Amino acid sequence: MNIEKPVESPIETDKRKDPPVAQNLTRADQDRDVIKGGVSKDLRHDSAIKHVTGRAEYCDDIPEPVGTLHAYLGLSTRAHATLRDIDLDAVRAAPGVIGVLCAADIPGVNDVSPTGRDDEPIFATDKVEFWGQPMFAVIAETRDAARRAAQLARVGYDDLPPVLDVQAAQDAGSAYVTPPLTLRRGDAPRAMEKATHRIKGKLTVGGQDHLYLEGQIAFAIPGEDDDVVVHSSTQHPSEAQHMVAHALGVPSNAVTINVRRMGGGFGGKETQMNLFCAVAAVAAKKWNRPVKIRPDRDDDMSATGKRHDFVIDYEVGFDDDGVIQAVTGEFAARCGFSSDLSGPVTDRALFHADNAYYYPDVLLNSHPLKTNTVSNTAFRGFGGPQGVIAAERIIEEIAYHRGLDSLTVRKRNFYGDDGRDLTPYHQTVEDNIAPRIVQQLEEDADYQARRQAVLDWNAKGGTIRKGIALTPVKFGISFTATWYNQAGALLHIYSDGSIHLNHGGTEMGQGLNTKIAQVVADALQVDFDRIKITKTTTEKVPNTSATAASSGSDLNGMAALDAARQLRERLTAFAAEHWQTDVVNVRFIANAVQVGDETIPFADFIRAAYMARVHLSAAGFYKTPKIHWNRDTGKGRPFYYYAYGAACSEVSVDTLTGEYRVDRADILHDVGRSLNPVIDRGQIEGAFIQGMGWLTTEELWWDKQGQLRTHAPSTYKIPLASDRPRIFNVELATWSENREHTIKRSKAVGEPPFMLGISVFEALSHAVASVADYRICPRLDAPATPERVLMAIERLRG
Amino acid sequence: MTARSEIRFVLNDRDVSLDRVGAADTLLDFLRIERRLTGTKEGCAEGDCGACTVLVGRLQDGTLRYEPVNACIRLLASLDGCHVVSIEYLSGPDGKLHPVQQAMVDHHGSQCGFCTPGFVMSLYALWMENPDPTEIQIETAIQGNLCRCTGYQPIVKAARAATTLGSPVDDALTRERAAMTKRLHALHDGARVEVSKGNSRCILPASVDDLAQVLLEVPDATMVAGATDVGLWVTKFLRDISPVVFLGQLDGLRKIEVTDDAIRIGAGASYTDSRAALVADHPHLGPFWDRIAGWQIRSMGTIGGNIANGSPIGDTPPVLIALGATITLRKGDARRTLPIESFFIDYGKQDLDQGEFLEGITVPRPIAGARHAAYKISKRRDEDISSVCAAFNVLVENSTITAARIAFGGMAATPKRAANVEEALVGADWSEAALMHAATRLADDFSPLSDWRASSEYRLQVSKNLFRRFWLEQQGGSAPVRLSA
Repeated sequence: MNIEKPVESPIETDKRKDPPVAQNLTRADQDRDVIKGGVSKDLRHDSAIKHVTGRAEYCDDIPEPVGTLHAYLGLSTRAHATLRDIDLDAVRAAPGVIGVLCAADIPGVNDVSPTGRDDEPIFATDKVEFWGQPMFAVIAETRDAARRAAQLARVGYDDLPPVLDVQAAQDAGSAYVTPPLTLRRGDAPRAMEKATHRIKGKLTVGGQDHLYLEGQIAFAIPGEDDDVVVHSSTQHPSEAQHMVAHALGVPSNAVTINVRRMGGGFGGKETQMNLFCAVAAVAAKKWNRPVKIRPDRDDDMSATGKRHDFVIDYEVGFDDDGVIQAVTGEFAARCGFSSDLSGPVTDRALFHADNAYYYPDVLLNSHPLKTNTVSNTAFRGFGGPQGVIAAERIIEEIAYHRGLDSLTVRKRNFYGDDGRDLTPYHQTVEDNIAPRIVQQLEEDADYQARRQAVLDWNAKGGTIRKGIALTPVKFGISFTATWYNQAGALLHIYSDGSIHLNHGGTEMGQGLNTKIAQVVADALQVDFDRIKITKTTTEKVPNTSATAASSGSDLNGMAALDAARQLRERLTAFAAEHWQTDVVNVRFIANAVQVGDETIPFADFIRAAYMARVHLSAAGFYKTPKIHWNRDTGKGRPFYYYAYGAACSEVSVDTLTGEYRVDRADILHDVGRSLNPVIDRGQIEGAFIQGMGWLTTEELWWDKQGQLRTHAPSTYKIPLASDRPRIFNVELATWSENREHTIKRSKAVGEPPFMLGISVFEALSHAVASVADYRICPRLDAPATPERVLMAIERLRG
Repeated sequence: MTARSEIRFVLNDRDVSLDRVGAADTLLDFLRIERRLTGTKEGCAEGDCGACTVLVGRLQDGTLRYEPVNACIRLLASLDGCHVVSIEYLSGPDGKLHPVQQAMVDHHGSQCGFCTPGFVMSLYALWMENPDPTEIQIETAIQGNLCRCTGYQPIVKAARAATTLGSPVDDALTRERAAMTKRLHALHDGARVEVSKGNSRCILPASVDDLAQVLLEVPDATMVAGATDVGLWVTKFLRDISPVVFLGQLDGLRKIEVTDDAIRIGAGASYTDSRAALVADHPHLGPFWDRIAGWQIRSMGTIGGNIANGSPIGDTPPVLIALGATITLRKGDARRTLPIESFFIDYGKQDLDQGEFLEGITVPRPIAGARHAAYKISKRRDEDISSVCAAFNVLVENSTITAARIAFGGMAATPKRAANVEEALVGADWSEAALMHAATRLADDFSPLSDWRASSEYRLQVSKNLFRRFWLEQQGGSAPVRLSA
């Protein structure tokens, strides 16, 4: 920094290249015989330096070509109404306005339903079905002009009664937005009748806003003929491509979607970006000018879907020892006005209603209910967390009933050997390491002694009470839509030996690009920094699946590995022929290829291959083996494997106010053989805090008219630094390796640790229970805000 | 002296001079759209996520002070005479990362990276002020920064590690301090500033007396001090706030004087400015103060604004009411003083005349026998608006309560004293029973609303329980009665 030389221009600084990612490694890595930045190394995020300098380019940072227009949505201010008329004259006449888009202006189909149910219009036509539903878009010279103009619409509504939440939907006999699912094994009603003890309960679990720091955004640039290129921040470029094509009425080959990086996704940009991409693209084609659309945060939160909130009615039968005999569960979800991904989300809630526990007889039903609220969508865990928390509540109920430590009840109900290894969906649990994980964490976290200390503390009867809970997670890995479990990659080696890597996954902060480049570096035995990680684009890898379901590195890593293997095979064959030797004498060593006694530096070797006309580009492909799922019968193997983990949380609760703190959390989590331990730890820590937020301070609150009133960070409270545990120990189960042939025997990490946050919820419940001497399982709904905690305490005090 | 018709400030190392500035123009849009400095991000446009954090250096009584602010709600015109430092200025042209940036890289403090520039700027401000902070100090410094990916642990680690990577002594802003101070002094010409864009007008009075004059000339003007509230009128409600009279540049309105009888706080003093004097007299306000918003907002927002906008959920009015503060209002040269509680007439209605402005707040010094407390109850501990804010001031003489000022926020349409509770207290024994009996009168004083922050039932219940906390705290027993920071 100095005064004489201006440095404010990002253009100047952008020329500077980041220092290598694979520097500052361990001594072993500095060895010339070992590549820098292969798999299982603690490599930093490949964009870390760009992040901290502000040079990482997000969609809104892309320079706008001259003539760029801006779109802004006009949103409904009714939760349920017939649209009598929409008068947009004042909108059109507003300063800077170029025009407006309504349903009639969409050349293709006015729909962005991701599952083809045709139930999600881009723009409402004859009715609005939630507060915040897009009705039109204004296109103007500036975003400010478009936004101001959007407010000038005069909309005539004929109000209809809104159905806003699960209870109201049940009372009103609301329709399902998508067919429900039943999972059944044995005869649960009969087993329940014969059970030694029975408890019925109800748990309300709130939803969650993604609060990705970068909001929804799409930036469309028109091309010749039907072509349009859309830069966006989507987790699912292929779907966005198909949706834009659908809306424009053009084939998919006319549409290109580009994603360099997202400022967070968490599921909120899996389907929700489709509408923004479609609006930008339609406008760009209509006016033949670039069009960007970026809603204000409040509109983003009002108009886009969230985690489903559930009301779960459960009944459990169990014996004197707390061993479960039967479980029934009714999982009713607020889906919003359309199906979106509610089918697979509510399915996954049922898939995880067992968590890590064997239910001898079980009957589970989903109820994906239609409501006049925004259509709920994917969010890290995808329904799984709502299933898992039900299982953990059931365990807690049993523990209080039997006067047992809930950890004892957990252990007694774990999946086990033959006869205790079948899930409610008839998949055999083959890789059960939950007992070992829990056992190790119990010891590492000193659970028993600390639990005793908590009990002793509470016995003194003070204002501040403590609680402790150790909860496990078992999470099924694979898209339950089996066809989604495929991926592609494209790998080029240029004649100078530099490598260009592309795959179908998208980077949203999870370090996917870093991991996949590590895989390729390892496969080709080159330093990490030889590989250029490029934006995700539908032009390079087609028909990709969403970067979702924790699948990013499992699927794309394998596809990239396939591409690298193809290149290795070609190069090996070339070397054998060129140097007149057998293929067994060709070895890829660190940054070089050894052919017989000769060692050829990688770049020289590639140059030779090029001169010999070797094809130095490969498209890789992968599809997950073994999986199958029949939704009609409720049987199959939807998951390739399970990821496991456990967390032990200790909390303090102020029994006068309901305020609380997490004093300590210990986590032991299973990522198989980690591709990058430091990145995996980052995922685990972040997921835990996000899961904790879901169950503590993150409360979505709709008023009686159906308007979401917690629609910005001022009113919707995600955890802050001061909310994280005072002591926070996070360890990987380093002994674990995936028994399936996943990429380098690693396991998926994005979603499973989210559910470790449940330990905080159950610890709060434990502290609350202390005011009634643990005789009663507290009626504590989620999120356990200070208010809910205090009110639970006051109820127990009577 | 005639009014100057341009806004002048320093952006990183460049002089900026703008003659077309609208009342609603924000610093963030200026940086991102006009200057293409896109490292500063927009996350929420309401000062709650911190992705847009930049540093603003300003001269206060001749001394250059840098503070983190939210560029999204910082109105551009208010930067006259300031030094704006954005993320692009942090690492040198040689590409060497700043110690804070290097620590963030080393400790994996970024994942998606969108919040990262804002965190870096907050941590930079902290590092300059306190290079070797405790965890609590770090948490306090980043209360105004949201991260959705990392869970914060690596960011806190980075904040601790930054000190090992470099010293503020060697930092560019330190080395350039004398030169920058001189440069900013040169911008302060003592003139009133008037700029406009179209019909949108901004006026920056030259002095407090000039402010009084301006308000007589333009009585319908919107007064803007820190813009932590008015900023949202602009970014969220798209309200036309023109003409705007800016107050933040008025040194005369930021003064804090401590006399034998009182602390006098200028209405333009920020939360940060006023902390030291208040906490010296009332240590119980320390932890309370640190839970008002986040650092950026505490740097921008003023006590005067917190009072003048009349919000029922502002954090300082209940405290000031309990302390027996008075306020001075001025119109032209005429001043009047009134107890702060009588300023609040009804929701959105204050005892403020057209052309009148809040000049200062006078807080009496503590007296022997007074027992104080200030409690903030919110859904999230930090950077949240209170569900209930309670302030106690009970005078105990010979084991009898002889005076009581109990004030609440979040319980009524205005910040308000609990008159019935106070009546029950005065003359009663200083005892838990008397306090809890008085607390039963809360329902006579308040019928709180249910909203997204809390239900009416919770507000009443927790208010009542806070009387027990107050009692327990005053007993000073060994068992904790509230959670530690």
